[in-house]
Amino acid sequence: MGPHDVTATASAASSARVAVTRADETSARTFRIATLAMTIALAVAPWVGVYPVFLMKALCFALFACAFNLLVGYAGLLSFGHAMFFGTAGYVTAYAAKVWGLSPELAILTGAAASTALGIVTGALAIRRQGIYFAMITLAMAQMIFFFYLQAPFTGGEDGIQSVPRGRLFGFLDLSRPMTMYYVVLAIFLAGFLFVRRVIHSPFGQVLKAIRENEPRAISLGYDADRYKLIAFVLSAALSGVAGATKAIVFQLASLTDVQWQMSGEVVLMTLLGGMGTVFGPVVGAFTIISLEHFLAERGQWVTVITGAIFVVCVLAFRRGIVGELSAWWAKRRA
Amino acid sequence: MTEIFGIPIQAFAGQLLIGLINGSFYAMLSLGLAVIFGLLNIINFTHGAQYMMGAFAAWMLLDRLGIGYWWSLLLAPIAIGALGIVIERTMLSRLYQLDHLYGLLLTFGLALVIQGLFTNEFGSSGQPYRLPPEFSGAFNLGFMFLPKYRAWVVVASLIVCLSTWYVIERTKLGSYLRAATENPTVVQAFGVNVPRMITLTYGIGVGLAALAGVMAAPIYQVSPQMGANLIIVVFAVVVIGGMGSIMGSIVTGFGLGVIEGLTKVFYPEASNTVIFVIMVIVLLIRPAGLFGKEK
Repeated sequence: MGPHDVTATASAASSARVAVTRADETSARTFRIATLAMTIALAVAPWVGVYPVFLMKALCFALFACAFNLLVGYAGLLSFGHAMFFGTAGYVTAYAAKVWGLSPELAILTGAAASTALGIVTGALAIRRQGIYFAMITLAMAQMIFFFYLQAPFTGGEDGIQSVPRGRLFGFLDLSRPMTMYYVVLAIFLAGFLFVRRVIHSPFGQVLKAIRENEPRAISLGYDADRYKLIAFVLSAALSGVAGATKAIVFQLASLTDVQWQMSGEVVLMTLLGGMGTVFGPVVGAFTIISLEHFLAERGQWVTVITGAIFVVCVLAFRRGIVGELSAWWAKRRA
Repeated sequence: MTEIFGIPIQAFAGQLLIGLINGSFYAMLSLGLAVIFGLLNIINFTHGAQYMMGAFAAWMLLDRLGIGYWWSLLLAPIAIGALGIVIERTMLSRLYQLDHLYGLLLTFGLALVIQGLFTNEFGSSGQPYRLPPEFSGAFNLGFMFLPKYRAWVVVASLIVCLSTWYVIERTKLGSYLRAATENPTVVQAFGVNVPRMITLTYGIGVGLAALAGVMAAPIYQVSPQMGANLIIVVFAVVVIGGMGSIMGSIVTGFGLGVIEGLTKVFYPEASNTVIFVIMVIVLLIRPAGLFGKEK
């Protein structure tokens, strides 16, 4: 690393990172009000004409994006391979529910356990490099996992695992009823969302932020940075797994779409658009992107073009994302 | 001698050749990525899309204007490189003060836009590119037939890679480039126009990708997706080699292409993943990459 890199890093820390840090300084009260409002809105949404399947899809992706945000927004690690956790959990859950006949809660747990295990292995390898290399390594490992699922006999190749039974949750909640399924998904999402919030406001989360801001200093203070990064990576993988597992049960399908690199890109986009390092950003980003895809579904490749264009606009003009920009505007107005 | 390790020599040599061809493209693409990264500190995710545009430029020149392969080798890289310069001036140049990851995100978005637009225009099925007549036929090597065009691709990409190495490591211009990679501020203080150098470097790096695309056009189908999966493999190649050395990128590119080809002979199921597996092993043993420096 030459001397100019030091200045470049310092200026990066002062200009780019600011965008990430300020936004999560929402007070506990604001958070409680906003969370309550979000919960009520989501609880009544299917009764005022919003299509439950659409909502469930958006909620699964919102949880996925929250899990991704835990890593990129608070540990500063940009993974370009998160689809491997989302997709792995989907496949394992679908297989467990369909072939082994496990109940939905056990199937989801099995799927999440599988992606946690994968997270431990890939995380331990990926954190050996930083920054840009970390992104390339996670992308390459996800591609390896993709090829594995493409060839492995149990995944059903191009067809995927179809008609997965939704079953009965805890033996008595019949998930084949859309509204029951919907509230179960909502509960899973809220649990994951609150868990992420809890983690980032714990002492562990504070150390993560310290490592993100200045890793050498955090190490010199005695923190084992690699251990913290690995734990954040595994937590993120596990939660992404819960999201992928839930999606497999909702759609009764696990397929290659969920392990492709495009899926890894999509979760990056949702988080970036909503606001990296903000608690609500990933949720807003996920709902925005899923709605966009919903309305552009007939337009084929224009979805890819528009998705790409949003990336470009976000990076050039809008780096704090929707929630980040809004809270910055709000803070400025009050100051 | 008709067998090596129980494999018929034709099959063995055939896969070796395919490996060398793939390796040629890995080498040319990872070289361009390394040169761009050295000066811009940006991983150019658009590289795969620019390779694809190079192939399409060659195809359109032939199909629409009747301009043949040799002119395409010159014109396509210039056109796509110029497009790259526009991208650098209008977008990338705004990001140099920010975290490097924003460059990756921006170029990823651009890759999606380009790929989507080409798929809209040309559909996702591939277009064949007619082989120039000079290259029809094959050399008879006794134990196998070596198609002339494939031999040309390996030789040409070696020439391109080695010339790039020569320019960067052995000329005055290259010394400016290396100096600016180490410390742009000081080089600028000596009166070198560093921003212009950065712009041209990006243009040339992109031109290299487009050149690889033109060379690939007669071998693979010219399709909008041709760069997307390739670029991920090239990323793994870059991680394995480390981006510290130009020669390192060339050797790693060719070497991994050959290893991948040989895997197809001995254990075909793993041929898609072998490069990624090697990446994992290299990360365990030498995290900085084979030719990389610990920063």
